[in-house]
Amino acid sequence: MAGPGNSRGFQGVFTPLRYWLLLPSWLVVGFFMVAPVLIMLVYSFLTKEFRGGVIWEFTLAAYDQFFLDRGLFGDEPPKIEWTYIGIFWRSVWQAGLATVLCLLIGFPTAYYIATRPPATRNIWVFLVTIPYWVNLLIRTVSMKFLIRDNGPINEWLLSAGLIAEPIHLINTPVAVQLGLFYSYLPFMVLPIYAAIERFDFSLCEAAADLYAGRWFALWHIIIPNVRPGIVAGCILVFIPSLGAFLAPDLLGGAKNFMIGSLIEEQFKGTAGNWPFGAAASMILLSVVLVVLFFNARNRATQTSGAGH
Amino acid sequence: MKKAILTCLTAAGLALGAGPALSAGKLSVYHWFEYIPQELLDKFAAEHDVEVTMDTYDSNEALLAALKGGKLGSYDVAVPGDYMVEILAKEGMLDTIAAGELANKGNILPQWADVSFDPGRMHSIPYQWGSTSFTVSRDAYQGDIRTTDMLFNPPAELSGKINVLDSQGELLALASIHLGIEQCSNDKEKLKQLNALVQGAKEHWASFISDGAKDVLVSGEAAVGMIWNGFSAKARGENAALEYSYPKEGYLVWMDNVVLLKDAPNRENALKFMDFLLEPENAAAVTNFAQYTAGVGGVDDLLDAELKASPELNPPADAPAGQFVQVCEEATQVLYDAIWTNLKK
Repeated sequence: MAGPGNSRGFQGVFTPLRYWLLLPSWLVVGFFMVAPVLIMLVYSFLTKEFRGGVIWEFTLAAYDQFFLDRGLFGDEPPKIEWTYIGIFWRSVWQAGLATVLCLLIGFPTAYYIATRPPATRNIWVFLVTIPYWVNLLIRTVSMKFLIRDNGPINEWLLSAGLIAEPIHLINTPVAVQLGLFYSYLPFMVLPIYAAIERFDFSLCEAAADLYAGRWFALWHIIIPNVRPGIVAGCILVFIPSLGAFLAPDLLGGAKNFMIGSLIEEQFKGTAGNWPFGAAASMILLSVVLVVLFFNARNRATQTSGAGH
Repeated sequence: MKKAILTCLTAAGLALGAGPALSAGKLSVYHWFEYIPQELLDKFAAEHDVEVTMDTYDSNEALLAALKGGKLGSYDVAVPGDYMVEILAKEGMLDTIAAGELANKGNILPQWADVSFDPGRMHSIPYQWGSTSFTVSRDAYQGDIRTTDMLFNPPAELSGKINVLDSQGELLALASIHLGIEQCSNDKEKLKQLNALVQGAKEHWASFISDGAKDVLVSGEAAVGMIWNGFSAKARGENAALEYSYPKEGYLVWMDNVVLLKDAPNRENALKFMDFLLEPENAAAVTNFAQYTAGVGGVDDLLDAELKASPELNPPADAPAGQFVQVCEEATQVLYDAIWTNLKK
């Protein structure tokens, strides 16, 4: 009964209200995203006040501190400062590895779920999300209890005679990886699942009819088609991992700064260097935007390429 | 058609029972987490017919950041540590307690009546004090533990089993004591020595954990752990092999203090609350709960017997006096910040 005219008429009811209805979204984006970022941008160019706060004088000191090393006493000729670049690099590397691990486990999981009968798929999705009803902090602390030297996993392996010495995981980079991987796995599974579920498997049958092997079909038919889901999953895992500091602090023993804890220290630490914390946030934001930009451009090229 | 699996649950359980009877006044407390027994707050509320609300923070720096971030004017009292009292006073965030405004001020023990971080006790009263040093598991090590070498130059069998506090001020101050250099030094050679010491010691350290400092010792994850004395006493309650050390080189002391905040919305009640905490009975209740030491006289007879005799609260006779963490000038503090960042990069 609902013809095109009918639906246009329905939309028409809201036409005069269109901008007012958008207002809440604009306010939320403006107040909670744009304004804080702008404040940080401005703060990063201001002079630091001792023990927190800013003085309204323009300076590049925060960016200078990030990129240039003038020695402990500031009296040496400037060299490139590797300290903060190193901290960023460690975070990027760790987030990248967590993303790869999530993809390796997440893709087969999503594929499995998407190929179940429709009636049982939802149960699988439900099971994937259940652990995430518990707070991230509690899950991370529980993981710590599980993997420590005299935790249940080591106790069991020892009593079963499978190992002679406890496996030392806690306070190592491996434990941090485990924490990140575990924290963000559903962010990888769910978008890929959504993509595979929409995938038309008759394409695979067609490929099989044309003598394509299973792996060939996977690489050349399925993966290109569910690519947006994979990319979305990777972004959703990579970006929060980049700023994560719960897993590095609790499972890695907080021995080294991550981007997140470095920035936190600037706002909450003894000296309180707000402009430097703001500058580090801006640099992090720039890195993330560059990654997203290249992804968007890549996609645009691919789409236009596919059109030919 | 797909069946929706998500069920919307309507939260209908919000019982809007009758609120508490309206109180004559209010008191807004900003306090450390798990540092005051709820019964004591209830007792004050009942005695003075005041509605008490409390928010908590987890570090002195978090307190400063919150007050700087606009919370000044919404709380009446807070409980900063010694050096933070000095910083808050310098920042102009504390109100002055005029002579005669506190009836129980005379209860303060003489050694805490005039302190370097608040000369003449113009803004603060003692809450609890204690020491910061380290605790060793006697299962893991039987030798002499009364030396800061345990943290900074440990015996080989303890290397990699050490936890230190994730606290710049306390860790660098204890490292300075180990080297025998004064705190807040800006002497280049001494600072380079300090930098080299912590850089070298880091390879022996397994973790930088503060809030779990007790847990890592109890569980055996760490065999040596930097810790506060009261926290260590609680750890010993769960693992008898743990022994707190008062090193011969020295150790840190700290004192938490109740301060009157500037622009306190309920100044009168704040003063009443401070007087209340200066009463021996109430100070003892805090000590029995937190297991540190009160700065008020007449408390001893009211303490739990076990607590009074605890080795954590009673330094051996030959232990040197502890040092407070000092507040450095800005130009010096920057150097210590650089050493800290360098340590954790």
